[in-house]
Formats: sequence, C-alpha cells, structure tokens
Amino acid sequence: MLSHITPSVLTALGGVFGILVVASLIAALLKRLHPDKNYTELIQRIRSWWIMIGIFSGAILLSRTASILFFAFVSFLALKEYLSLIPTRRADRRVLFWAYAAIPFQYYWVHEQWYGMFIIFIPVYLFLLLPMRMVIIGETKEFLRAAGTLHWGLMTMVFSLSHAAFFLVLDGARNPAGGGAGLVLYLIFLTQFNDVAQYVWGKLTGRHKIIPKVSPNKTWEGFLGGVGTTTALAMVLAPHLTPLTLVESVGAGLLIALGGFIGDVTISALKRDIGVKDSGSLLPGHGGILDRIDSLTYAAPLLFHFVYYLHY
Amino acid sequence: MFQQLFFLLIVRPVVLVVLGLNIRHRERIPIKGPAIVVSNHNSHLDTLVLMTLLPWPLLPRLRPVAAKDYFLRNRILAWFALNIMHIIPLEREIIDRHQDPLAACAEALQNGDILILFPEGSRGDPEQMGTFKSGIAHLAKRHPDVPIAPIFLHGLGKALPKGEAVLVPFFCDVFIGESIGWSGDRTSFMTSLEQGIKALAEEGYKPAWE
Repeated sequence: MLSHITPSVLTALGGVFGILVVASLIAALLKRLHPDKNYTELIQRIRSWWIMIGIFSGAILLSRTASILFFAFVSFLALKEYLSLIPTRRADRRVLFWAYAAIPFQYYWVHEQWYGMFIIFIPVYLFLLLPMRMVIIGETKEFLRAAGTLHWGLMTMVFSLSHAAFFLVLDGARNPAGGGAGLVLYLIFLTQFNDVAQYVWGKLTGRHKIIPKVSPNKTWEGFLGGVGTTTALAMVLAPHLTPLTLVESVGAGLLIALGGFIGDVTISALKRDIGVKDSGSLLPGHGGILDRIDSLTYAAPLLFHFVYYLHY
Repeated sequence: MFQQLFFLLIVRPVVLVVLGLNIRHRERIPIKGPAIVVSNHNSHLDTLVLMTLLPWPLLPRLRPVAAKDYFLRNRILAWFALNIMHIIPLEREIIDRHQDPLAACAEALQNGDILILFPEGSRGDPEQMGTFKSGIAHLAKRHPDVPIAPIFLHGLGKALPKGEAVLVPFFCDVFIGESIGWSGDRTSFMTSLEQGIKALAEEGYKPAWE
C-alpha cells in the first residue's frame, strides 16, 4: 500500500505529527499556567492544524490519486471563497460555472502527467474561453473588471496550486530519496513553517515595518528571521526529500521564504481592498482557506519550476 | 426513511460541501419544538439550508410552509413536497372565507413541530428583500409562547436564483438572530421581525452582485 512513499517521507510525516503534539502540549501547559488568559484562538488554531494535516497525510499515504484529489478540492474551496468574496456580475453565473469546471480538467491533466496541457490549459485556453463566454451573454458593463478578476482567481487558486500536485507525478527515479510525495511535503512543510517562523520572529524582535500600507504587522525582522530559518531547514531537509544539491537547496529555501511572503501579502492586499479581516470562517483560528494557502499560491509554482528546470 | 436518505446523501453534501455555510450565532438555533424559523427568501436552496441547520434528530419535525399552487402543481412535485420535504401547503389566495388558511400550521405547532416560514411569500428578485406578509403575525398571536427565530440568509440567491437550473457554488452566510415572541400588537410585531432580519443583514459583508 505504501509503495509510493519512501521511508524518509514517512519519517518527515512522523516529524510533523511530533511538532503538532508538542504544540498541543505547550498550548495545554500555557492554559494551565495562565488560567486568566484567553488562549481560545491558539487552541482553535492548533485544532484546525490537526484536521488539515490529518487529511493531508491521509491523502498522501493513501495513494497518488487521492493526493491529487486533495489538491483539487483545496483549489475548489479556494476559488469558491475567492468568488464569494469579490464583486461578481449576475450575468456571469454561467461563466463562473465554467471557471469551476476547469478544476477537474486541470487536475486530470496532472493525473495523466500531461505536462504540455497542464501548463497552458488555464493561461491560454481558459484565458481565451471565459471572456468569449461573457461576450456571448452580452453584458458589457464592467466587462473588463469581471474578466480580469476571474482570470486572476483561476490563475491563483487553480493554476498556481496545481503545481503542488504536479510534483506527485514527476519521474520518481530522479528523486530516489523522496519521490513525488517528498517534494510535495518539502514544499508544503517549508511554506507553512516559513509562515510560522516569520510570525514568531516578528513577535519576538519585530520593529521596522516592511509593508505598512498592506500588512501593518509585518516587519523586516520577522521577514529576515523567517528567510534565514526556512533556508536553513530547506538545506537540512533537501537530501532526504528532494533531488536538490546543497547549493540548490539554498535557492529553494530562499524561493519558498520570499515567495511565501509575497503570496501572503498579495492576499492581504486583496482582503484590504475588499475590506475584510479574514477571507472566510472555514478554519477556526486561521480564518478562511485563503488565509492558509496564500503563501502557497506563490511558493508552489516558483519551487516547482526551479526543481523542474534543474532536475527533470 | 426516504427523507433521511435524501438529506444524508444529497442535501447535506450539496449544502455543506458544494456550497458551504458561514454560520454566525449558532447557539441561537432552536433545539426543540414548537418553534418557528423565519427567514428572507431568495432561492429553493433556502429551505434545504435551514433544514440542514437545525439539529438532525429534529428533521422529521421540520415543516416548511410552502405555496400550494406552486408545490402541488403536478403529481411528482406534490409527492416530493409532501413526503420528502414534509411541507405544509398554504393557499396564497384566500378562496373560501370560512376556511382557516393557517389551521394546518396551528396544528403542527400544537404537535411540537418546527415551522419554516418565508414571510416575503415568494423568492422574488435575487438577493433583494421584499416586504413581509403578515400571516406570521396571525400565527404568533395565536401561539404567543412559541419562540420565533429570525434568520438572515445571503448568497443562495447567487448560487441558485429563481428561474435558473444550474447551481453555481458560493459560500453562503447564515446569521441567526435572538428569538422573539408575540408583542401584543401586529404592527410592532411585524416591525420587530423585519428589523431583526435587517439588523442581521447589516452584520455581514456582502460583495456587489449586479
């Protein structure tokens, strides 16, 4: 059953659950030491982490197809949250339907390892198809805004995220240490770790705001601390999960840390434009699904093309 | 039995996975009958969402009050409406002045059922709230002890508006208000009900949809 998983991937998953156990213990300890303080959000956040990581690990361990379906479902949730958040036109209901319908196709190309189609389906075909569908309906008011926002959503929530899934179908022989699942784990773990690291460094040492107009809580100290920690961890994990050399793993770590940060503040800009604090309420303690996958929308395609160019 | 299967295999996956609910004040949901749940009405999905929202063991006790001329217009729809949805058919136009149009509702409340009622009377324009009809006031006056929970729904009229057959997924808001009861006067009762739902509508952020 676990033939698609290498021993080091199993060890890494075990490590992730170890971190979760430690986090839960610390939260329980904090609650006992300071009964007067409110730790509801922290506890909710950790509980949501258990559920997310539980489902993710289950899919990874079950099979490659289950893992691809997992990412397709995440894309669906993300696109739905995005389209529920932004202004849309009543006339475009049918167009939105086709945007959703692109998700199973995109992940089917992944499943079939059809790289050529995977890489042009949304940037070329959907890009051309959806405005055409809008024109057939005939509503021209706000046409440009509608076509632009819809394509941005598809590129971010479906095209970008599907790169994480494409790691799964890359030739396993070129990555004997980790296989496809190893690269996925490398990407997801480091991206989420980078979020936490930037947050913790910022809380502990943050003074100088980095991008106050978009995200007033982000600081240079948090950003640089995150980049350093994530890159160090990227170098440690690379030989166990990826085909990257030591020097390449420095590049991978920098890409994930920098890309993760930019993805995060891009979604912050979207939320600020619309005027909401959280993108939704799907993940108690975190907010919506976009609040969780924001960093991945940049990190996934950036790491993918870096690794793909160097090794596949 | 059929109702349970229909809700378990079709309604719940559609409402909770294809759509997805953003629920506020979940603790205000009635947990026992008799009670009346009142909401704004934009889509056929409204009834299914409200029936999913209430606790699962109450499902057989939920009685959507629905237009007789619409839901009993042919045999298949009538079978579905009566046996799966357990609707209470309501005459929209009073034909016989000697008949009590609310008798079936009153009886259901006496049995401890929970009524689901849309005082706008029809789905109307998508995501626009129409004026409330006062039938609900007659019921409240007759059953002054029955709690009435106002609920505001948003997004379902985008997902499946009147006259459309294709469902387009959207996350939907479900905001539940404090239950109210009969105030002793029709005008003040209707005002507090309408204001209750309008106040809930103000709580959320609603993106433009034109």
